[in-house]
Formats: sequence, structure tokens, C-alpha cells
Amino acid sequence: MAYEAVIGLECHIQLKTRTKMFCGCEVEFGRPANWNTCPVCLGLPGALPRTNITAIAYALRLGLALGCDIRHESVFARKNYFYPDMPKNYQVTQYDLPLCEHGTLPVVVEGESRTFELMRIHCEEDAGKSFHPERVGDRRISRLEFNRAGTPLLELVTEPVLRTPAECAAFLTQLRKLVRALGISDGDMEKGQLRCDANVSLRPVGQSALGVKTEIKNLNSIKGVEKGVTAEIDRQRRELESGARIVQATLLYDADHDKLAIMRTKESAHDYRYFPEPDLPVLRVTDADLDAARAALPELPWVREARFVSQYGLPPYDAAVLGDSRELADYYEACARGGDAKLASNWIMTEVLRVRNDRGWPLEKWAEQVPAPRMRAFLDKVAAKELPGPVAKQVFAWMADEAGSVDELLALHGIQVQGSAEDLRPLVLQVLDENPGPVAQYLAGKTITIGYLTGAVMKKSGGQAVPQVVQQLLAEELARRG
Amino acid sequence: MSRAPNETWKLGAAALAARVRDGRVSVTDAVESGWVGPASMWEHDVNAVAHHDAEVRREAAAGASGQGPLAGVPVLVKDNLCTVEYPTTCASRILAGYRAPYDATVIRRLREAGAVIVGKGNMDEFAMGSSNEYSAYGPTRNPFDLSRVPGGSSGGPAAAVAYGLVPVALGSDTGGSVRQPASFCGVYGLKPTYGRLSRYGLVAFGSSLDQVGIFARHARDVAVTYAVLAGEDGYDATTRLGPAPDVSTFAAGVKGLRFGWPANLWAQGVDAAIVAALERSAIALERAGAVRVVLDFLPGTYGVAAYYLVATAEASSNLARFDGVRYGFRHEEAADVRAMYTRTRSEGFGPEVQRRILLGTYALSSGYYDAYYLKAQRARTRIRREFQSAFAQCDFMLLPAAPSLAFKVGEKTDDPLAMYLSDVFTIGANLAGIPGLTVPAGRTSENLPVGVQMLGPEDSEPNLLRAARALEVGGDVALLSTDEDPEFVWPTKR
Repeated sequence: MAYEAVIGLECHIQLKTRTKMFCGCEVEFGRPANWNTCPVCLGLPGALPRTNITAIAYALRLGLALGCDIRHESVFARKNYFYPDMPKNYQVTQYDLPLCEHGTLPVVVEGESRTFELMRIHCEEDAGKSFHPERVGDRRISRLEFNRAGTPLLELVTEPVLRTPAECAAFLTQLRKLVRALGISDGDMEKGQLRCDANVSLRPVGQSALGVKTEIKNLNSIKGVEKGVTAEIDRQRRELESGARIVQATLLYDADHDKLAIMRTKESAHDYRYFPEPDLPVLRVTDADLDAARAALPELPWVREARFVSQYGLPPYDAAVLGDSRELADYYEACARGGDAKLASNWIMTEVLRVRNDRGWPLEKWAEQVPAPRMRAFLDKVAAKELPGPVAKQVFAWMADEAGSVDELLALHGIQVQGSAEDLRPLVLQVLDENPGPVAQYLAGKTITIGYLTGAVMKKSGGQAVPQVVQQLLAEELARRG
Repeated sequence: MSRAPNETWKLGAAALAARVRDGRVSVTDAVESGWVGPASMWEHDVNAVAHHDAEVRREAAAGASGQGPLAGVPVLVKDNLCTVEYPTTCASRILAGYRAPYDATVIRRLREAGAVIVGKGNMDEFAMGSSNEYSAYGPTRNPFDLSRVPGGSSGGPAAAVAYGLVPVALGSDTGGSVRQPASFCGVYGLKPTYGRLSRYGLVAFGSSLDQVGIFARHARDVAVTYAVLAGEDGYDATTRLGPAPDVSTFAAGVKGLRFGWPANLWAQGVDAAIVAALERSAIALERAGAVRVVLDFLPGTYGVAAYYLVATAEASSNLARFDGVRYGFRHEEAADVRAMYTRTRSEGFGPEVQRRILLGTYALSSGYYDAYYLKAQRARTRIRREFQSAFAQCDFMLLPAAPSLAFKVGEKTDDPLAMYLSDVFTIGANLAGIPGLTVPAGRTSENLPVGVQMLGPEDSEPNLLRAARALEVGGDVALLSTDEDPEFVWPTKR
């Protein structure tokens, strides 16, 4: 029997607010253990939460970008369960009255435009971290670290509308792009800024009722989501084909070994005993709040990419790469507007991103060293064919480390670009004189020998000539001899 | 009228602060007065104090400004209010030795007003109880009769004010825990409007019901302390915005105020001495110019049920943090985390606290939530409406604070339901979020205090205090605005 997978994703987005969700502690990384803590995020007796309005503003931004229905009065709730890194043994989250509901995310999957329906988005607080177990003498101990406790999270839940691992990957890639464009999260899965759990069930093709689902946790990269979901679909298919039943369970995915392990089954599921958080008033969102969030919305990434295609004539692939982050797209536009847009795309996609990856530079660092006007001046020279390919690459490499205009860099490094006809004509004449054979062949109609002659001129110029200019001069001079 | 210096301990807070401000009494003498004079003879028998430290107290007195509305006034605060210099244990083993790294907002405001915190008051563990018998530090006794309870759960602070250790003390009131012990100990006890006093630093029991409350021997002192403490707090999102009502009018009299008289409320099951005290109080209010409005007010009997569902549900969640992981008592011999939780909590919490955690956990459980918690919330809405319609007819109402006078130690500890039912007149105010004030209303022939309670709509503290002052002077309008407080009737040592 053929089976179809039904997948729903539950994504956690760590917001890059300055302070935590319910207290004034800073959200920052790399501090000593338990440095960024206070009575509130440590859950000390008597401490009370107070809502971070920036986190709410960010949530509204995402909700509006996805076309969600925004609830004017939503309610925080306590989710009760015991875990050592959860300071209060309950998490402040939202339950039956979340901030945002419905909405859709447009995604291109394998060249096809799709929209995936969402169920809800709400705000909540993150837990701390447990490190265990460690052995101290004959005892096993766990270390607890609460710098992360209370960090603002958005939980986004999709409807069960995804069907393939590739769709999951495309969905997450697009979501990551969106949160970055909105400036609300860095969305780095490896750093836990974007986390994903997947609910997976199988059903015979053509059946509308859903099968028994399992939840996979610990999917901490987009690749991991793709592989974890693939592994679970395969596992469920094998079970079903062998006549077994799927047991509702929570699974952990081990990316290193591409293995799934059962964490708990339905029988041992938690009863979270949700109830409205009595320490916080109803969360009211006014029309003014919504207007402010709307005003803070940038051009959405999918809108911008479509514009890159129509306005700059870029292939959709280029538009998607350059649209990956708002910073990159902004940088691209600053370099491309009014110039050779495709040339700018090529250079940024290959060379700039290569520097970023090779050196581990964030784009901001690159843009600080090579601000868009500097890059644009360079690109203009390339477009005007004033820099031959190898020289252009060399200049580009210098720009990453040194200051100065293109001309200053060339002068500094003692390079004279022989770009003009007047510079090159003597070399061209010299080569023609030295190569009577190929010249004769050319004049006899074997025009392909111009390539050889071009190479000879380039060699004489020490690679500093512009090939297109050389070729043109050769053609002129050969015509004169013909 | 001047008093001998050795009678400083008898002064009310406002009177004492005035003497400190003008230099007639030093802060140290003011703070030490309850620990060195006749009042100091009581503590051994009463056991009102859970934590104190003479050296810390003297240092605090030496460092105090001697200025402010509570200049030099010693204050005992219930052991569930966080203070940096004393342990904060909620009279529970599970918080043994715990010291808060921060002061509760109300503590901070007391200090800013010139007061000196002299220690932590004994209480029922985690404020769960009506007799102060459920304490890790042993029961507190009623200074008026050491064989009787002082009421609870703020029994320690109430008793300390009654015997003269301090002129003012703070408690907390989740279902009557300030007003009931005030009536048992013959002192004033105010539970303010929900959200008027910050709960930041008050160890939570039932978050939607808890309010910090004030004990004093004089109506004036309640007003002065309320003015110091009340008001918005950025650390408590449930505090009411804007300025708190002005209670400086407490001596303005009650002429023209209408007080509700819900006589059918105490038709049965209320001690005759209390009914008589209510009648005396009504006559005194009328004498001072207030108008009695007979009310047909009988809120449904579901009040106690709704209260014990909401309070225990919230408590089951609030007390989850006491798990032995980060602070307080931890059972050290458990094999794994789950066993550590179980053994820590089984040994750290007393039986009444465990009973309520279990009740609350059950009420919130999947499949029972709608029938218990949600229904209790609906009952709560209805009770709020019943109060609203009653207050459409009057400015406040007069009613018992408790059905009985102070009962004997051990009388109700084996019957939790009887203990719960003693809250019947006080829980309504917590469910509705309205203020309530217990005022002393004389003594029985055995010198046992009798108190009566007044309830008003939200933010009616000014009217409640005007009525309290009118009753304090026996309805004699000529005495309303005198500077001297009438003499408090002290307990006598048996």
C-alpha cells in the first residue's frame, strides 16, 4: 500500500530582545554561568514576572508578516511540570488564548510556490540548561545554568499541512529568512535560536483521516529536520507494512548517528495542568500597538525576492540567495541600484559570500570594511572593463584587508592596468609581427587563431590587459593587414 | 499627656514617629522599647517571632534616618515577606535557612518611611491555616489567653502587636489571614484592595487572592502605614495603576455614610458575643452620624468551596518551585532527581501544605479542570457581582470577622473542614478583590477580644478607616480628630 506522510512543525524562535521575557536581565551569550540572573528568572520565592513589551512587539511583527489574526486580549498561562532547569517548575506561556492565530507562510519548494497554513504563534519563556551527568568522586551530578532561563521565545505551530521532508526544510529556511528580515531573531539553528519539533503520521494515500502521530524532538539543524523526518517516515512505513500499529510517542533524533530513540510514550505523557497565570494581567494589544508593528515591518523577503527578479532581472536562484538576510539584500541593492545588477549579484554571491564563509565574517564586518559605495565603485570599474579578470580578483582580495580606492590599491601594489587602446596597441603590433603564421591563417579565414593571438598579448601584458579590449584591437589591426 | 520614657513601648506608630522626628525619643530606644520593657516578658509564652537578631536590629536602628512618617517605628513582618537581613522561611522546613537576596517592595517602602524591621513573625506554614498551629517554629499563643490560638495564618504579627512588641506589623491575607487573627487578638487588621499593595517579595500562596495586610493598635496607624505602602509597583504587574486612595481623611467622621447591616448573614452559627459587638458597633456608627441600611445579603454557600479550589490550585503551582534543587531544604540521600523531589517535598512540607497541594493539583488535572477550577472562577465572578449590588445600597458593610472568638489550641487541628469553615466571613473579600478591615469591639467577661469586620467596594479604604476611627472613639464625634489615640486595652499576664 502507498502511504502519505502528514507533518506539522512546532518551531521555537528565540527573540533578540535586549532583556528577558519577564525580567530586566540582559539576554547575552558568553557570560559566566548564572551571571544574567535575578530573583525573577531564578524563580526565587516572592518574585513576580513583568512582561517585556519589546518581545510582544516582535511577536506582533511576525504575526502581521504572516497574516495572522491578532487577539486583542490574550492570556498567559502556566504550564506545570517538574524539571531541574525550569526554575519555577512551571513555564509561563500561552495556551487557549494565544496572541496570534491562523496565517500562512509562502514557500517555494523545488521551484513550486506553496503556502503553508499556520495554527498559532505565542510568546513564552525559555528554560535554563542542564549539563549531565558528571561524575564527582562516586556521585553523579548535574550542573544547572540559568543564563538562558527567561529568554523570550515565540512558538509557531503549523497545521498538519506538510507532506515531505523537503517541504519541512524549505519551510524552515523561509521562516529563518523571515525572522532575520524582521530583525526579531538571528534564527541560527546551531545556536538554538531557531528550534524545531516535528509531528509525523502516515496514512494510506487517499485516506483523509489522520494516522497516529509521533513527535520528534531535538532537531537542531535544517538538515537534521530533513533527515529526522525522513527517518521517522521510513520507520513508520516499515512498522505499518509489517502490520504493526504506530504508538503515540515522543522521539529524540540523534543527528550524529541518524537514529531515533523513544523518549516517552503516551502513557507517560505529562498532564501540564494549564491555568491562567494569575501574576500577569490579560495581555492587551491596542490598535496603536498594531500600527506601530505594521510600521516596523520591512519589505517581506518573498516580496523583495520577486522584486529582485522583476526589477533587476535576476534569476530566481540569485534572488533567493541574496534575499537570505535583510542585511545581505540591503547590501546587494546598494551595490546594484543604477549599475550592472547581474554583475553585482555574481560578485556578491560568489566572492563576498566566499570571504564571509572562509573568514567567518558576519556580513556587517564585510560591509564595514567594504561599504556598499566602495564595492559599487569597484563593480563600476569591472563593468567598464577597466579591470581584467585576474586583476579584479586581486583588487577584491586587497579590499577585504586594506583601505583605499581601486586606483590607490593598484598604485600601492605597483600594478598598472593596461586597459586603454593606447597602452595596448604597441603590444598588439609586436605580437602580430612575431606571429606571421597565425596571422596568415587568420587572414585565410581561420579566425579562431585570434584566441591564440589574444593569449600572446595577455602574456606580454603580464595578465594586466583586458581581454575584450585586446581582442578588439587585434581585430582592428588584422583587418588593416587583410 | 506625656508618658514616662519606660512607656515608649505603649505608643502607637504615628505617636512614636512624631517623638522620634522631633528628637524626644531616639531610634534605638524606639526600636528596643518592645524588647526591654514589660512587653519583653511575653515573647517566651506567646512565640510570635520566628526570626530576630538583637545585633542586626541595633545596627538597623543605628543606621536609620529618624525621618519619615514611620520614623524609628519597629515593625515585625510575617515570615513570608522577603527581607535581606533575616531568613524568609514561611515557617516551613522546606525553606530552612533560606535568605532572600532582595527586599519585598513593601519592606523597601517601610524602610524608606523610616521604619526598622525587627524580625519575622511566626505564621502557619506558607500561610495555610487559621490558628498558627502549623508552624515549623511551634504554635503562637494568644496573649489574651495562652491556652487559645491567636488566629492565623498571620498569628505571630497579630499577637506581637497585641502584647506590645511593636506598634505595627505586616501580615498577608489570602482568605482572612490578617482579619481573623486581628479579631482574635483585639487589634486592627486591614486587607487592602487587591493590587493596592505590591506582592513583589511576598512568597505566593494564592496569587489572585494574596494581599499584604497591616496590623496596628490604632486606626490612625493603619492609615499612616497604608499611605506608606500603597501604590503602583513596576515589579508587580497586578498592582493597580495610579495613586492609591487618600486615607489621611480617616478622622473625618462618618456623617452621612451608609453602612450595610446584613443581619441574616449571622442568623446562626455566630458567637453571641460577636453578635452583641456588631450591634454595639452599629449603634456607635449611628451615634456618629452614619446611616444603617438593612441588607438582604447572603452570598451563596459556594464561597468556601470556590475559595478552596482557587487558592489550592494556585498554591499547587506556586509551591512547585520548592523542590530542593536551588535553595532551602534538600533530601540528600535520594538516588535520582525524581526521588529527591519526592523525599524533599514529603519531608519539607507539613501535612496541611501537602493536603492543599494535593487538592490543588487534583483541581487542575486534565478532565477535572472544567468541573473544579473553571466552575470556581465562575462562582467567583458571581460573588463579585453580589458584592457589587450590595455596595450599590451602602458605602460599606458590617459583619463578623469570624464565627467564633479565639478557640483553644488543638481544638480544630484534627478537623480541617471545621478550620476551613472558620474563614466563611473573610474569603469573600479575597474572591472579590475588595478591602476588609477588622476593628476591635471590646472584650468578653473573660477578657477575650471581640472584633468586627467591615467590607467595602474596591478602593474604599478611606471610608473603612473613617468608620474604624469613629468606632475607636466610641462614636464620640468630639474625639474623632484629637491627636491622642485612646488607650489600648492590654492583655494581662495570667
